[in-house]
Order: sequence, then structure tokens, then C-alpha cells
Amino acid sequence: MIVVPCPYCGPRNSVDLRNCGEVVPRPDPSTASLSEWRTYLYLRENPAGWITETWYCRSGCRRYFTIERNTATNEIRDSEAS
Amino acid sequence: MARHAYKYSAGKLLKHGLTHGDWPRMWRRPERRDSYDVVIIGGGLHGLATAYYLAKDHGITNVAVLDKGYLGGGGSGRNTAIVRSNYLTPDGVAFYDRSLDLYNTMSADLNLNIMFSRRGHLTLAHTDSALRTMNWRAEVNKLQGIDSSVIGPDEVKRLAPSLDVSPDTRYPILGALHHPPGGVVRHDAVVWGYARAADHLGVHMLQETEVIDIVCEGGNGRDGKGPGGKVTGVRTNRGDISTPVVVNCTAGWASLISNMAGVPLAITTHPLQAAVTEPCKVFLPTVVVSGSLHVYVSQTDRGELVFGASVDPVGTYRVNGTLEFTEELAGHVLELMPGISKMRLLRQWSGLCDMTPDYSPIMGFTPVEGYLVDVGWGTYGFKAGPVAGETLAETIATGRTADLIAPFTIDRFTEGDLVGEKGAAAVGH
Ligand SMILES: Cc1cc2nc3c(=O)[nH]c(=O)nc-3n(C[C@H](O)[C@H](O)[C@H](O)COP(=O)(O)OP(=O)(O)OC[C@H]3O[C@@H](n4cnc5c(N)ncnc54)[C@H](O)[C@@H]3O)c2cc1C
Ligand SMILES: [Zn+2]
Repeated sequence: MIVVPCPYCGPRNSVDLRNCGEVVPRPDPSTASLSEWRTYLYLRENPAGWITETWYCRSGCRRYFTIERNTATNEIRDSEAS
Repeated sequence: MARHAYKYSAGKLLKHGLTHGDWPRMWRRPERRDSYDVVIIGGGLHGLATAYYLAKDHGITNVAVLDKGYLGGGGSGRNTAIVRSNYLTPDGVAFYDRSLDLYNTMSADLNLNIMFSRRGHLTLAHTDSALRTMNWRAEVNKLQGIDSSVIGPDEVKRLAPSLDVSPDTRYPILGALHHPPGGVVRHDAVVWGYARAADHLGVHMLQETEVIDIVCEGGNGRDGKGPGGKVTGVRTNRGDISTPVVVNCTAGWASLISNMAGVPLAITTHPLQAAVTEPCKVFLPTVVVSGSLHVYVSQTDRGELVFGASVDPVGTYRVNGTLEFTEELAGHVLELMPGISKMRLLRQWSGLCDMTPDYSPIMGFTPVEGYLVDVGWGTYGFKAGPVAGETLAETIATGRTADLIAPFTIDRFTEGDLVGEKGAAAVGH
């Protein structure tokens, strides 16, 4: 079980939330080229190590927040509202 | 070149049975060369099949298959071995059907019994929209000559009497897509068969050899990696190997390898769990899949029920079983087959899956010369192993993308030309 610390609801089983994946910088839609936009949509680094990722607290406070998780061990450090 | 194959036969089986003599090793442990014409990273089904077809169809035998662990230790040794070709897109159907053809003659081709059991495949529909997708798939399939049709609950009951088809269940079975040519294969035998055959043709299988970097030059990224560059070799925990061609067949680890060449992928890695029950008398004659209930089941010759589900929702490289999986699995299986409530789970395991946004593989050339991919196999790469190896070998040998894999090239993501196989592959297996 992965326990995700929601900054508002406290520690929760990850099944109560939705994982929205790695944080990827979003290009400005008004100036980005199609290929930049699609790179943002689809390409991921997918490393085995620390990533910053977004979670959606779907059955709690319904807020989005980011945390850092190590994808090799599922260890989680520090959580901040976004 | 090739050392002569030791042939398996009924006569040899009898002889070994009587004398208890040792069987010869299926493949050698060769001395690593400093350079190869082709280096394949990943000694799973895909890497081994690619090596085999390179040697057999194209005479390219100066080939090494590198694996950080042992052959078949990744998804190839962990899957639930379901094969079928009733996909949703014409591209997918043509591709997977060629794989079924190769599976059909494989025992003879590789001189090893892969125990292909064409017992049929049922994909259940519990909603009108699922039934609509089944009809769509059946029509696409028929057009391409695939044996595939939609059947009603009575026929489902006849084919799999243990299923509860009564209308008053929580998820009533409204019908199913029936695909008689689908079935199951002994997955380890396929890995061993390809490894043994490739070994006989002169391919080097180097186990416990982990690739730690891909050496490139001329690319626009760090250390000459990335688009515009070309591959010159690989670094491993056992030393450097020079080669003009590197093939990434590492499935769940595909992104880690691809990042070494400066080619990011549209892949996230998720575990997929499976479980098996204690053995009991054989009662389930076909493979049963329920997309809505996220579960599928088949029965082995020994009588164990093999269950699988959809991938875990959180991307991770950590493979461990979870209670959530077993709980959900048990609940859903009992919806379908209430009669097995007293059966006990024997074992549960997990493997890594390389998921793409369109549930289709990424195959062939990349923007780095000499670096090819055969990845994005998600939860469906076992059935595709033979055709992937055959088409990739053709692509390497001819320098031209094989027709069957043209829809699966890496640039489809930046070109916005995705394949859209979700309707047939999300839980389908
Ligand atoms: C539980 C489960 C059930 C499944 N069920 C089905 C099914 O019913 N039908 C179906 O068609 N598919 C199924 N699949 C999917 C299928 O198993 C995979 O898609 C397929 O096995 C991929 O084969 P592969 O040869 O590409 O990769 P793998 O067999 O995963 O091999 C990759 C290899 O790469 C090696 N490697 C990784 N990194 C390195 C490195 N740095 N250096 C050297 N070597 C490295 C690994 O050790 C590994 O052996 C299932 C998967 C799982 C996990
Ligand atoms: Zn919350």
C-alpha cells in the first residue's frame, strides 16, 4: 500500500486518490508548436528514482497537490500545495 | 557457424526416461566479444525472437543479447500467456494475426513443445456500450478473415458453464466476443525455444550483463546523444562493447535504456499483477475476459486458475503484490463464477509493463542512427513476441521499416497519429 500525505486530509491510501503522473512543464498553448505541445502531452522521462508528481484527492478534499516519490522504492518525501 | 542442434524427440524422451541421463544444456554461456554487428538489450521473448529471426531469416549471426538478470526474468516469465488476434484496429489485427500464425507452427519450427492450446477466447460484455465495441471488433475482424463473432448469454453459458449468466447479477453478461483461435501458450517454453534456436545459429546470450550506458556520437544532446547522432556501442557492468546497432527490447525498463540514447519515450511503467489458485478438476474450457470487471481467467492443464487484472494505477518500478489487488480480484471473479468461492489463492506476483497512451507498441528506427526500439508492450507483448521479432529483424536487415510495423513508429506521437487500440487492449490481454 502506498500512503499519500494529502496536505489537507492527512495520510491516505493511494487508492482514495488519483495519480496524475510526473509534473511536466506546460508550454504556452498560444505560442507552442504542435510538436512541442504533443511532446508535453505524451513524452515522459519515466525515471527509476525521485520524481515530482501530481495527485488528485478524489474522495477527500478534491484538491490537486504535488509530492516527491521515489519510483524505485515508492518512498515519499515532503508535500506541498499547488 | 552454428553448432549442430540437439534434436528433441519422443525417442530421446524415452531414452532419458529409462537412463535418467542428463539433458544437454539448452544454450551456451559464451565468451563476450568486444564487438558485435547487433547488440540487443533485454533477454526476454522480444530480444530473443529478434536475434533468432536475424540469424535464421537474414543470416546475421554476429549478434549479442544482453540481459541484466536471466533470460525470461522480466515480463516474458511472468505473463498469463494469452494469445489472440481479435483487436480493434485493422493495423492491430493484421499484426497480431501474423503472430498467431507463427505460434501455430512454433513447436515444430523450434523443436520444442510450446503447448499452444487453442481453446478459444471470450471477452464478456456487461453494458450496451461494451456490446457495441464487441460488434465493432467482430466486424473489423471478419473483414480481415479472423474467426470472431458476438454471441449471446446462452451460447456463453454453453461454452463456459461455470459463468453466472443470469440477468439479475450486479453486472449481467449481455453477450461476448468469441474468438475460437485464441488460447494460451507455455510462456517459458517460448523463451527457451527461441534462446536455444538462436544459440544454435551462433547468437551470444550474455546473462547478468547490465547495460549502464549507450555510447553515441554527433547527436544534439549531452555526450553526443539524441537526435542527429549515431550509436557506437554500449557500456555494461562487464565492460564496453562496440556495435553500430543497438536494439531496445527491455519492456518495463524501456525508458531507462532509451534515455541513455537521448530518445525520450511516450511510456510510463506500471506493475501488472496476477495470481493463481490451488489446482482443481479442469472445468473452464476457454479463456474468459471481462473488461468492465477488470479481470480475466483461464485454467492451466494442471487445474490451477490463473487470474489477471488491469495494471496498477500508480506508475512505479517496484514490483510487489498488494492487498487491494487480491481484494478486488476476488470480488470480481466471484461475480462471474460464484461457484469457486471456496478456492484458495496459492500465489500472487507482479511484473513491469511499459504503457503507451494508445495501447500500441513503439517499434523500429528512432532519430538516433543505429538505435532501434521494440517497446511499449504494455500488457499484450507476449502474444506479439514472434511477429515483433520477425518484423524487427527484417527492419534491421533491410534498413527499411517492415510494412506490418509502419503504424507503430516512434514519430506517431509528435505527428499526432496515434493508433487507438484502447477498446481492445486495456484489460483485454
Ligand atoms: C502479470 C502479467 C501478465 C501478462 N499477461 C499477458 C498475456 O496474457 N498476454 C500477452 O500478450 N502479454 C501479457 N503480458 C505482457 C508481456 O508479458 C510483456 O509485454 C512481454 O513479456 C514483454 O516481453 P519483452 O521481451 O519485451 O520484455 P521482458 O520479458 O520484460 O524482458 C526485458 C528484459 O530486459 C532486461 N533488462 C532491463 N534493463 C536492462 C539493462 N539495463 N541491461 C540489460 N538488460 C536489461 C530485463 O532483465 C528483462 O529480462 C503480461 C505481463 C505481466 C506482467
Ligand atoms: Zn485531500
